[in-house]
Amino acid sequence: MSENKTVLPAVDYLIIPEKGNPYLEGHQCEACDAIYIGERSVCSKCFARDKISKIKLNNSGVLYSYSIVYRSFPGIDVPYISALVDLDGGGTIKGNLIKVDPSPENIEFGMKVKVVYEDALGRKDADGNSYLSYFFEPA
Amino acid sequence: MSDVYVLGVDMIKFGRFPDRTVPNIGAEAALMALDDAGLGIKDMQAMYCGNLGQANAMVGQRILQEIGQTGIPVVNCANACATGATAFREAWMSIKAGMYDVVLAVGVEQMGKGLLGTGGAGDGIPKEGLLGSGTMPCIFAEAGMEHASKYGTTFEQFAKISVKNHHHSTLNPKAMYQIETPLDDVMNAEMISYPNTKLMCSVNVDGSAAAVLVSEKKAKQLGMARAIKVRASALASDPYTDRDLVMPDVNACTRIAAKQAYEQAGLGAEDINLVELHDCFATAEMLHYENLGLCKDGDAGKMIDEGHVELGGKIPVNVSGGLLSKGHPLGATGIANIYEVCTHLRGEAGARQVEGAKIGMTHVIGLGTACAIHILEKT
Repeated sequence: MSENKTVLPAVDYLIIPEKGNPYLEGHQCEACDAIYIGERSVCSKCFARDKISKIKLNNSGVLYSYSIVYRSFPGIDVPYISALVDLDGGGTIKGNLIKVDPSPENIEFGMKVKVVYEDALGRKDADGNSYLSYFFEPA
Repeated sequence: MSDVYVLGVDMIKFGRFPDRTVPNIGAEAALMALDDAGLGIKDMQAMYCGNLGQANAMVGQRILQEIGQTGIPVVNCANACATGATAFREAWMSIKAGMYDVVLAVGVEQMGKGLLGTGGAGDGIPKEGLLGSGTMPCIFAEAGMEHASKYGTTFEQFAKISVKNHHHSTLNPKAMYQIETPLDDVMNAEMISYPNTKLMCSVNVDGSAAAVLVSEKKAKQLGMARAIKVRASALASDPYTDRDLVMPDVNACTRIAAKQAYEQAGLGAEDINLVELHDCFATAEMLHYENLGLCKDGDAGKMIDEGHVELGGKIPVNVSGGLLSKGHPLGATGIANIYEVCTHLRGEAGARQVEGAKIGMTHVIGLGTACAIHILEKT
């Protein structure tokens, strides 16, 4: 196995361009403006075909809902905040809310957050590749 | 189209049976339902079987191999936690369509212990704990926190639902647990995914339930004394909503099925005397008071605070103990709910009997998403 120093995106909607900063990519229906995470060719809202185009999602948004996870699958560090964020300009994404003490008193619905891009908690794949992921931080 | 009746229905006591097979567990309920109907397997014209864990393994046929192979058509269905109710509904539809007069529906599941959910490696690296959580307690916690955000619902209100359902199950000998869980115990139990503590998560158990459905003609022939009329059967999938694909929307789907069920039955929520609904987590039950129209949007917290959903209340919910305490064998749950409501309509529910119950509702929701609702009536 050769040493592979490429940093890969943790999910296919995280784009690492050759130049410039990483960003999250959405897919938007030109007919009805619905925004999807992940590639598709048909809009499940308005049923338009082949009207979906790529858009760059915003790095700012508000917390829509969350849970504080204390029990997860073996080997996963807990507790952590699983958060759903409505991005400014459209699109909802799920991720970890970091840099907030994980207790309900410190988390407010509608709080402003920003998307930050960091190493995927040191997780590597079977070939030893590192991954870049995204997280939410209070803005 | 003929009306459809439940002539026989039963469930086994839920528990853990690691030494038995799935078909063996299913066969037990099938025989009990046949006995309840006063019929034999030779009288069945078709069978619909619901099971999730062995969805590709011909569970229905293997049940018949244990209780009688008559060559009838068998259809195996899988529809997440709506699996059992879907099997029941397929049986109902086959009679509605005029194809058969006597049909068997069976739901069965053998579960491991532990956490359900997604988030394994897939491609690349595991996403669990990196991009939030795909565990079921978390997904339903997030759905509950959406309600908390809109209406100020509290941890304590969610916890009270679990107190209620565990209390109900002390009166149900077929429930997995018969243990009182006072509010302090529920709130101080191990936190799994805030606000769901361990006592606010449904119990993974093994179980089975079965029903014999018949046409009106057949019910009249065989005797209507204990027959229960199926007033409505509705099944919905998740419609498009803005966040559904990222945050499964269990509300919209339930509201579609509820609207259809009420219309089919020509009834409203005010006509329903008891409800068995999908309390896979305490946070989920809260949402469905509103989704099923048992109260106005925003009033669910009041329903539990004021005791309306307790046995003896205005509209008792999950008097069986619910999935939280009776247990949740995924493929069996939908038919077990139907057994519970039928038992009350027949006046045979013993200590937990909802007095004078004439019309009841069952509801299940399977993430992904499927919602099945039935309205049943005493004849």
